[in-house]
Amino acid sequence: MSHLIILPIVLPAILAPFMLMVVRHHLDLQRIFSVAGTMAFLGIAIALTAQASTGDIHVYELGNWSAPFGIVLVLDRLSGLMVLLTAILALAVLLYSIGTDWDKRGHHFHPLFQFQLMGVAGAFLTGDAFNLFVFFEVLLIASYGLMIHGGGAKRLRAGLQYVVYNLLGSTLFLFALGTIYAVTGTLNMADLAERVAALPADDTALIRVGAILLLLVFSIKAAVLPLHFWLPGSYANAPGPVAALFAIMTKVGAYSILRMYTLVFGPDLALSSSLVGEWLLPAALLTLAVGMIGTLGTRDISRLAAFSAIGSMGTLLVAISMFTPLATGAAIYYIVHSTLATALIFLIADMVVERQGPAITPTVPMAQSGLISVLFFIAAIAMAGMPPLSGFLGKIMVLQAAANTPQQTLIWSVILVFSLVAMVGLARAGTMVFWKTPDGYEPPEPSDDADEPEDAVLSARVSRLPFVAAFGLVAMLVAMTIFAGPALTYAEATAEQLFDSEPYRDAVLRKDAQ
Amino acid sequence: MEALVASAVAVLTACGVYLVLRRRTFPVILGLSLLSYAVNVFLFATGRLVQNMPPILSKYADATYTDPLPQALVLTAIVISFGMTALVVMIALGAFLSSDTDRINTTDTPESGDNA
Repeated sequence: MSHLIILPIVLPAILAPFMLMVVRHHLDLQRIFSVAGTMAFLGIAIALTAQASTGDIHVYELGNWSAPFGIVLVLDRLSGLMVLLTAILALAVLLYSIGTDWDKRGHHFHPLFQFQLMGVAGAFLTGDAFNLFVFFEVLLIASYGLMIHGGGAKRLRAGLQYVVYNLLGSTLFLFALGTIYAVTGTLNMADLAERVAALPADDTALIRVGAILLLLVFSIKAAVLPLHFWLPGSYANAPGPVAALFAIMTKVGAYSILRMYTLVFGPDLALSSSLVGEWLLPAALLTLAVGMIGTLGTRDISRLAAFSAIGSMGTLLVAISMFTPLATGAAIYYIVHSTLATALIFLIADMVVERQGPAITPTVPMAQSGLISVLFFIAAIAMAGMPPLSGFLGKIMVLQAAANTPQQTLIWSVILVFSLVAMVGLARAGTMVFWKTPDGYEPPEPSDDADEPEDAVLSARVSRLPFVAAFGLVAMLVAMTIFAGPALTYAEATAEQLFDSEPYRDAVLRKDAQ
Repeated sequence: MEALVASAVAVLTACGVYLVLRRRTFPVILGLSLLSYAVNVFLFATGRLVQNMPPILSKYADATYTDPLPQALVLTAIVISFGMTALVVMIALGAFLSSDTDRINTTDTPESGDNA
């Protein structure tokens, strides 16, 4: 039994209290430890993904209690990929927040950041439904701290809304788990899969209630339409880098839907086959529509980013809700793209807000407006799903997966029409912020004497690190496009592994027999 | 006993939902607490209700036993909801002190100068 699987949880869990207790008054040391820890986290994630990419399913029994009695951590292709994605995102966000001094504006940014990583990694790796709840709480309580980092009346009130909404979600999660436990008598996911499949066909009312309650909970996390109200307010008022980190949080919801509704309530199962997809698909299409229309209507660049994040989640959930191996492969490719693109657009929104305030209005040229506008242009292309970046490829894959299904016309028209809407919305915001100047604005006379000291002051004040982080994310998006072939192969292999749940159940429950 | 526990869960949930839908933070926090009590009792009942039985399997007779797992789950849920309630009270207090209003929504009080 390799102990590597538990390291992404243990490493931040040790690092965070260490930073809190030993180096709490030394921000420089905290930064060093945080960056080093996140890099180590990235290294572990790469090793885990390499292990998982062979197609084997690795099981780690906590305390050596065998499943279903003990809690297990399970590493398969999907969880390995998600942990790797978390690590890449975390490193970029961390560099950005150090470069912009966001971590100076409140207390304990770095410990909270590490606890957040611990919760996210745990949620991706666990093989136990109640443990999933516990890791949800770990990542949420860290996110509450990060959300109100830096304070301010508006942020605190938005944070309060966010906390209340998520506490309600947690309560609902417990109700769902209780219902499922009452029917099956287990909470281990692999064991659940076997017991749910063995339930008598005429006695499934209660487990169906449990399945739908659970879907509601994950939909709250994934910001699916009627439950998305928490997202724009809280993401737009959260500190920029934190909102970028939260790009992975909606994906935790999407991951949980993928995991539970392929493994436990699989598409082959009579009791749930017509249940989840039929509810999720219309909701996902509406999410896509509302998110993209939202980008047209906002007057605030952080909210623009938040609404484009909702739209991106909509596309992802359309792919998930088809529950076919082809569509799931597309969804897995898109989940990576969507996380990176969402994080990028939140970082750029933060750069703009820091320089000229949140409103999308014509302004005087801001510092480094050239670089930022290039970044915004790239992020907008990625979010709207235009060629040549990975958003376009992801969208094509989703469209391909929807071809020859009964809902083809609906899915194609919604995705294509609202891609156009997103393009208009993002282009409008981009031209307003970066091209237009207020009426009557005179560009200053270029005089060499006056400019140079100003530039020197500027470059001393504005660090290069934020741009390193943002261009790092761009590089990842470009890599996703250039290496789309291998990426898609991995995504399709992951989807196959998800839909063939037999090896997963064998690996967890019949470890000794192997 | 089943009817008693079921109606207790129902009443707690109903009151909790009603209070959560209020517009000020204090009733909302009370509602969240009531909901967490409701879910704790509900979780407790998911292991079936039996009286005066040990939470241990007996190998000498097929006597009934209390399912110990929901008790462990409830314990976890109590700890988590306790911590979360403390946190939400602190955030609510911070929001109230910094903006002089305890309304839950963020839009209806532009006069309170919350542009910080």
